[in-house]
Amino acid sequence: MTVTRTGPLPGDPDAVYDVVVVGAGVVGSAIARALARHPLRVALVEAANDVGDGTSKANTAILHTGFDALPGTLEARLVREGYRLLSAYAQETGIPVEPLGALLVAWDEEQRATLPRLAEKAERNGHRTTRLLTAAELRVREPHLGPGALAALEVPGESVVCPWTTTLAYATQAVRSGVELHLNCRVEKVRPGDPYHRLVTRRGVLRTRHLVNACGLHADAFDALVGREDFTVTPRRGQLLVFDKFARDLVRHILLPVPGPLGKGVLIAPTVYGNVMLGPTAEDLDDKTATGTTAEGLAGLREQGGRILPALLDEEVTAVYAGLRAATGQEDYRIAAHPGLRYVTVGGIRSTGLTASLAIAEHVRGLLADCGLDPGPERPLARLRMPNLGEAFPRPYRDARLIAREPDFGSIVCHCERVTRGEIRAALTSTIPPGGLDGLRRRTRARGGRCQGHYCSAEVRAVFEEYGEGAR
Amino acid sequence: MNRTVDVLVVGAGPAGLAAAGRLAALGAGRVEVLEREPAAGGVPRHCARPGFGADARGRPLDGPAYARRSVRAALRAGATVRTGVSATGWAGPLTLDVTAPTGLERVRARAVVLATGARERPRSARLVPGSRPAGVMTTGELQRLVLRFGARPEPIGRRAVVVGGDPVARNAVRTLRAAGVEVVAVVTERAARRVVFGSVPVLTGAVVTELLGRGRLTGVTVRGGDGRTNRHTLRCDTVVFTGDWIPDHELARAGGLPLAPGTRGPATDGAFRTAVPGVFAVGNLLRGVEPAVVAAAEGRAAAAAVLDLLAGHPWPDGGVPVRAAGPLRWVTPGLLGPVAAPLLVRSERRLVRPVLTVTQDGAPLRRERVSGSLVPWRSVRLAQSWTDGVDLGGGPVVVAAEE
Repeated sequence: MTVTRTGPLPGDPDAVYDVVVVGAGVVGSAIARALARHPLRVALVEAANDVGDGTSKANTAILHTGFDALPGTLEARLVREGYRLLSAYAQETGIPVEPLGALLVAWDEEQRATLPRLAEKAERNGHRTTRLLTAAELRVREPHLGPGALAALEVPGESVVCPWTTTLAYATQAVRSGVELHLNCRVEKVRPGDPYHRLVTRRGVLRTRHLVNACGLHADAFDALVGREDFTVTPRRGQLLVFDKFARDLVRHILLPVPGPLGKGVLIAPTVYGNVMLGPTAEDLDDKTATGTTAEGLAGLREQGGRILPALLDEEVTAVYAGLRAATGQEDYRIAAHPGLRYVTVGGIRSTGLTASLAIAEHVRGLLADCGLDPGPERPLARLRMPNLGEAFPRPYRDARLIAREPDFGSIVCHCERVTRGEIRAALTSTIPPGGLDGLRRRTRARGGRCQGHYCSAEVRAVFEEYGEGAR
Repeated sequence: MNRTVDVLVVGAGPAGLAAAGRLAALGAGRVEVLEREPAAGGVPRHCARPGFGADARGRPLDGPAYARRSVRAALRAGATVRTGVSATGWAGPLTLDVTAPTGLERVRARAVVLATGARERPRSARLVPGSRPAGVMTTGELQRLVLRFGARPEPIGRRAVVVGGDPVARNAVRTLRAAGVEVVAVVTERAARRVVFGSVPVLTGAVVTELLGRGRLTGVTVRGGDGRTNRHTLRCDTVVFTGDWIPDHELARAGGLPLAPGTRGPATDGAFRTAVPGVFAVGNLLRGVEPAVVAAAEGRAAAAAVLDLLAGHPWPDGGVPVRAAGPLRWVTPGLLGPVAAPLLVRSERRLVRPVLTVTQDGAPLRRERVSGSLVPWRSVRLAQSWTDGVDLGGGPVVVAAEE
């Protein structure tokens, strides 16, 4: 198993990869995992020091049925297929998913009039179980909704999922199945060639026959390195508020806004960690690093959230963050194969990318074959079981047998999130260990709770230095 | 494993240890204190400064010495103190689920005393916008980092900004400077006593409007302060958000205890009884931080009512709610029962020689000009006599202030 973070790239400098996937977000990791099914030499390279450290770590964490996709688009198909694939994969590997179902709540006549059209659209997307709810039925389902809700469209199957575990699961399984993962490895130049391309990275040169661009926000910039200018990525910022776990009882479904001419509005959804999320904003920016929140953004979210679920605002806020979606000015993914270059660009993957990731990976596997890749026979992937971060599933601190075997699982280090020393140690010694405390948080939830490290930060850091990268 | 004790105290800080010590000394039976941290003693363990009273010979105590003394006293009195043990929820009205390296337990008690303390709101709860770099912390986190790692720049930085004007901001400044960190400025929305911050510039009437930096903090944007009206940037790699306390009410809320709206701590009567029979709450869980000796006094004072309960006395119903109004931030206790109790009052801002009033159903009970000032960083204690004449069958009692 090969995971590197520093130093020159290991191995024989004359060796040639069959495929290099650039970008270890949820999409790039899924593609690497799909390729790992074959006897290929594959590398996954990533500029950041962890997998899933860009757009993938800061999305709305919803597993979409795809009911509201634009019918006939590639996105509609891949989201629908991805929903099925990821649901099954989550079951198999222990990625937390809660199938809460969604309610699209209409707050005015115009929105109410839209609901039947949305139901038809869902039907055209193969989703036939939606149902219109009256105000009274809605009130029974969601007793804490603010005044003025007129009706709703119920969408069974919409789910919440752990985005961090998902990306990590793909990358871990890929690495265990033979993919080489190189972090802190930004690609600075590409010298296309035949029979192989040369990628000049900060840590040395990689040679590969086939190339996949899964660079997310930077997909256009990477295309330019290869000599293509097919689209431009405009970062669209989404700010989000995560409320305390005591807010969890206030909401039972994913509350989606009814899309309308006056913008998309915000959603309120439980998280698999037992919190409640409010957001996102939608702001088109130029700066691909502008992941900060703004006073206006947060005030606007609170105002909108307070109308939907007034009691929410009485609860404490646990976390505030912003993510950037890769908008390309077209309402579809921008996935394109360039057989002449033996190159596939996976661009414009918006917030549905988490849901669609496994289907995108299958699609890309096909496109690579079109580009001349002979993948060889299929073989089983390495087995995988991810540690559970979800509140709806058993956690180590309540597992008497586990604690009896390994007392560290009875030693709670992060009290707000009830993360034990055993879990932190396991993450630090896992296949892809975190490169820092933020990566550790995404693997365990440590320091991610209501006190944000007030109590546990020193202890978590101490364990990190004992077992983590700092110890090496 | 299921066990039964007479009194289960959650939290081995000053209040919990004092309650346990007094109860054990007075023959309450088996008194057990649960502490989730590896060591008992509570927040004073991290406060290496004087201000924790004096020892028997009159020598001033610092936090760690005070913590050690509190633990020793509780143990000597016969209480059991268990560390590294977390109470994770309720399995019944007086039964707690517990996780420890030794395994899971269900501990049933005849009385439960919650003494889970308070913490400072982190940056996120204060809705401070900006990026999410490393180097953003509370005083509590800072003190623990320094205690654990000493003056290492990676966790605590080299140049810090401290946000807040309460005494805890002064402690943050002191901790930073002792660790060799330059303190660039203290930023506070309210008026502050500049003199306590020594040579550190104090920007009053100022708020942090944005955090800057990717990876590590590179600065904070501040609006206002000392005649400035525009935004300006203070370069720093650490920012410490101080004060702004929230009681650690997780167990209290999980147990269904109603909270007092002003403090977000469980509502109690003057004898520290909550709304759930058999469950008491003491110390900084009630409202945020008071000095350790105040919290400990409350722990001791609660022992009498706990013993009453153990002796089979009935749990009084309800009580009259007490509320703060006007420029007062909170008042405790939140309920007045048959036994008169002193009130603790905190003001929102500085009030010079205000008139304090106590009214019930619009009728004045007491009205008195206080001689000094009320300040937001210190509570005022109103003697039991202030609530003489309260009608236990009447409406809420309102404590207010006029300038």
